[in-house]
Amino acid sequence: MKKDLLSISDLTRDDIDLILNTAEAMREVGERPIKKVPTLRGKTVVNLFYEPSTRTRTSFEIAEKRLSADTLNIAVASSSVLKGETLVDTALNIEAMAPDMIVLRHASSGAGHLLSRICRSRIINAGDGMHEHPTQALLDAFTIKQHKKRLDRLKIAIVGDLLHSRVLRSNVLLLTMMGADVWVCGPATLIPARIDQFGVTVSTRVDEAVANADVIMMLRIQHERMQSAFFPSIREYFNTFGMTTERVARAKSDVIIMHPGPMNRGVEIASEVADGAYSVILEQVANGVAVRMAVLYLLAGGADGD
Amino acid sequence: MPVVMDADRMGRSLARIAHEILERNRGSEDIALVGIRTRGVPIARRLATQLRDINKHEVPTGALDITLYRDDLMRHAVGPQPVIKRTEIPFSIDDKHILLVDDVLYTGRTIRAALDALIDFGRPKTIQLVVLVDRGHRELPIKADYVGKNLPTSLSQSVQVHLLEIDGRDEVEIQEP
Repeated sequence: MKKDLLSISDLTRDDIDLILNTAEAMREVGERPIKKVPTLRGKTVVNLFYEPSTRTRTSFEIAEKRLSADTLNIAVASSSVLKGETLVDTALNIEAMAPDMIVLRHASSGAGHLLSRICRSRIINAGDGMHEHPTQALLDAFTIKQHKKRLDRLKIAIVGDLLHSRVLRSNVLLLTMMGADVWVCGPATLIPARIDQFGVTVSTRVDEAVANADVIMMLRIQHERMQSAFFPSIREYFNTFGMTTERVARAKSDVIIMHPGPMNRGVEIASEVADGAYSVILEQVANGVAVRMAVLYLLAGGADGD
Repeated sequence: MPVVMDADRMGRSLARIAHEILERNRGSEDIALVGIRTRGVPIARRLATQLRDINKHEVPTGALDITLYRDDLMRHAVGPQPVIKRTEIPFSIDDKHILLVDDVLYTGRTIRAALDALIDFGRPKTIQLVVLVDRGHRELPIKADYVGKNLPTSLSQSVQVHLLEIDGRDEVEIQEP
């Protein structure tokens, strides 16, 4: 493994297998009466979040605490960032206090790469703008593997706001590397240019994308990142692309439905689908802790080339 | 490489230990076996079979991975982290007599880690230590309760335990540097 986890492209197939196998062992720790192991005792992890987050920040913090790391959270809303400090200055000041790892969530793509160049601490990208969210893709892969026992030769349909989604980019890199048959689907205005170069099949017809699918992964409509009108109305979007029980019925009978959260019920996904028997959305959240424990543990060791 | 224990001897040692366990614990009602990964696990399973054959009573058996409890994990920050395998203890250890099983007892650090790990699963009545080979050179105050063979060694030698389930043969050998 490299020093930092900024992108799925930092990982090899073997790294991904190692992370997923380690996560399997970490999941067992969460099932014990005492859900804590002394592994990262004496290590300091700073969670630096420039964007609002419930799931990811909580998940990282629980993972860090279960490994006995000392954690501290910097929520930008109550920090010197409001006084005009730049990301680099904030990072250098944190670095001066010698933490071992920094978990960074930032609205700008590549923020983690910037910190990686100036920090000795290991950097974990917890979402950078519209670029990547590698631990989300890893926990998605872990959840798929739990249900399907493999990742290769599965038809995986990713449906929704492809353009603004860092979850999409990380998942496409990971799933195509592992040999899955990945379909991406959304309105033409929300499909990133040249996405087909990543080895995915692009479709604007949701019925075609979900037909015979093993996995359906829904993406949130990211209103907060939309500066223009990408589709006429929410109702029209739901009618054309929303995941309904009728559309799920076109997939394989043992299909699983995933969503990275937070969900917009009635926009990209019908409530009866989100709460249906094939939904693994809350399992994804539970698995997130185990996968992040695995990443923290593996990055705490020596890196390639150290 | 000198072979210090062959398959016959290993079988007889384990049979003797099974009897000793029953004698000391007055039966197998409240006992459970926990093998330390990797080679403690098949040894624990063999003891479970022996105990069942003698006493007609199923003894719960689990597997423990101690990697997360090692005291040298973060000390050598060079190179990749050791691989972690699953811990599987599918029964409550509360108020049980736990027989902790490993292949070789050496510095005692693995056992220290295993004790810490076990305590996180509950509060056993006792923890007793079973090892196939005790090669000496303890660095911590730890002693085995049941020993297959005491094997005096020098620090430069290494002791290799081979088991049918993992290595295709039952054998203990000493390797010279």
